[in-house]
Amino acid sequence: MIRYIIRRLLAAVILLFVVSVVVFGIFFYVPRLAGATPDDLASRYEGKTAGAAQTHELAVKLGFTDPFYEQYGRFAKSIVAGADYSTGPTTEHCPAPCFGYSFITHNPVWPDLLDRLPVTISLAIGGALIWLLAGVGTGVLSALRKGSVFDRSAMGVALAGVSLPIFFTGLLSLSIFSYTLHWTAPGSSYTPFTENPATWAYDLILPWITLAFLYAAGYARLTRAGMLETMGEDYIRTARAKGLPERMVVAKHALRSTLTPILTIFGLDLGLLLGGAVLTESTYSLPGIGKYAVDAITNNDLPKVLGVTMVGAFFIIVANLIVDLLYAVVDPRVRLS
Amino acid sequence: MSKFLEVNDLHIHFATDDGLVRAVDGLTFGLERGRTLGIVGESGSGKSVTSLGILGLHRGRSARVSGEIWLDGEELIGAPRDAVRKLRGRKMAMIFQDPLAAMHPFYSVGNQIVEAYRVHNSVSKREARRHAIDMLGRVGIPQPQRRVDDYPHQFSGGMRQRAMIAMALVNNPELLIADEPTTALDVTVQAQILDLIRDLQAEFGSAVIIITHDLGVVAELADDLLVMYGGKSVEYGSAEQVFRRPEHPYTWGLLGSMPRLDRDVRDRLISIKGSPPSLINLPSGCAFHPRCPYAERDGIPCRTVVPELLGDGHRVACHLPSPVRARTFAEDIAPHL
Repeated sequence: MIRYIIRRLLAAVILLFVVSVVVFGIFFYVPRLAGATPDDLASRYEGKTAGAAQTHELAVKLGFTDPFYEQYGRFAKSIVAGADYSTGPTTEHCPAPCFGYSFITHNPVWPDLLDRLPVTISLAIGGALIWLLAGVGTGVLSALRKGSVFDRSAMGVALAGVSLPIFFTGLLSLSIFSYTLHWTAPGSSYTPFTENPATWAYDLILPWITLAFLYAAGYARLTRAGMLETMGEDYIRTARAKGLPERMVVAKHALRSTLTPILTIFGLDLGLLLGGAVLTESTYSLPGIGKYAVDAITNNDLPKVLGVTMVGAFFIIVANLIVDLLYAVVDPRVRLS
Repeated sequence: MSKFLEVNDLHIHFATDDGLVRAVDGLTFGLERGRTLGIVGESGSGKSVTSLGILGLHRGRSARVSGEIWLDGEELIGAPRDAVRKLRGRKMAMIFQDPLAAMHPFYSVGNQIVEAYRVHNSVSKREARRHAIDMLGRVGIPQPQRRVDDYPHQFSGGMRQRAMIAMALVNNPELLIADEPTTALDVTVQAQILDLIRDLQAEFGSAVIIITHDLGVVAELADDLLVMYGGKSVEYGSAEQVFRRPEHPYTWGLLGSMPRLDRDVRDRLISIKGSPPSLINLPSGCAFHPRCPYAERDGIPCRTVVPELLGDGHRVACHLPSPVRARTFAEDIAPHL
């Protein structure tokens, strides 16, 4: 088990490294391949007023004329150890993990990301809890009452859930629950949990439900299919033959097997969302990572985009790692092979 | 209602989209404590459904069950589900065919035995675990205190079946049903498992039903023999009677298709021509008539009239007159066995 964990950890670190190379390559090397000169890259770092000589000077200073591996080395080092930027008379220290400074606001990227992280984490985890409970619950009930009115209507709603995009359900729910009924916050506000948990939940309840609706639909269908398959297994018959109450047969024997594959998908979905729930945050104007990413991309703000991409990759890799480890806990057959 | 287990005119039908499946159609037999009944037949003859029916485990709400099943003076058909559930695993237990599929892959062997014990006995986990280790030892698993925490996939096929037997016997059931207990096992292991079942039966004094398509298995164990064909019993008597003086042409076919080591390898096995009938569209009259080499002799109504199970002690459902059957067996069949 320990060796398994170490192996997975190593794999995760290597993966993160590969991702960083690829990301860096996409933003700094691919433009060069496409014909951009170091000066073109450097011109993005300064205002439009700069002359050609100045731009070239900056390109040399930023290292865009160096070989690619040296540039990557600096990039990686600044993430791990921070970087020092000399701006003439003074040297500005950008503490690790340093993704550079925004083109627009000139703020360092990392503190900005840290500010937005709680919003995205609150949104993702709250939504995830709701969709997991609602999705799995609905799926189990549907499977146990296959063909019933409940099953049919639940699966109908689920079909709608997976088909409708968040910017549709989100706007619809805003118009009904916020603007017409005034039950929920009209979006674009976020109160930290530590400040006021009630307001925190009030601000997030609608995004949570909208987000959860989309995912719960998929989970309900998955759970239903998994349960139907599991309930036909021989070991379910054995559990009944032991005289276990049906409740225990379902909860202890059937659900355990059904949840295992769902766990994998759940980990990945959650990891993906932690890297920015782009559509939900945009729809409700929540100041999270996803919204940050959209703004960064719209403004061509390269350091921000880089930072967001790395943070997103980090979450997905960590989620993957956790899922792998959990899988070994859940399924004893994984442990030994 | 004198016998320990009495099955009277048992019908188990399933309504399917293709029509009514008459899986068990008018089955009657009885069994005393300490005795072993062998139920023999091809796949789809209704033998497994019979055993599942006794335990109340037949699948689906579409099942229609009628007739009587008396276990130790208690009527099981029509009894409240919960009452039957409480008998399952305690008073009547079952060993399944494929122990790898029949045990939950995510729970340790010990855990599953403990569970079977604790459903019916309110004891502490430690107490139940001690009992489980004891049971594993009794079914011949070496180092049970160590193996108890292993998972099913860590056991060999024979060990798994032993563990399955330990699980079934953990509550000293008075009725033990073994559904093809050796089919999934190596020949050498088969003999060990059969010995084990016989020894444990002697020790616990339970009534045992062995369901198999392998006459070799019942020849070893059974006191009585019930031959099933198309959901009905076609021959029923003591093992001695059925093996020494089989009277039904189907039984002759089964005996003829049993490989024997003391026979010249150049003699071909006699197979029963044709294939088992569809339980939805049973042939008219005697269900065996399309495959029976003796059908339609001297105006006997094999094709039109369903033969009844007749006889005293040794009962046979065949239109051929008893003397004709005895003579045919002695002259045509016995020399080739």
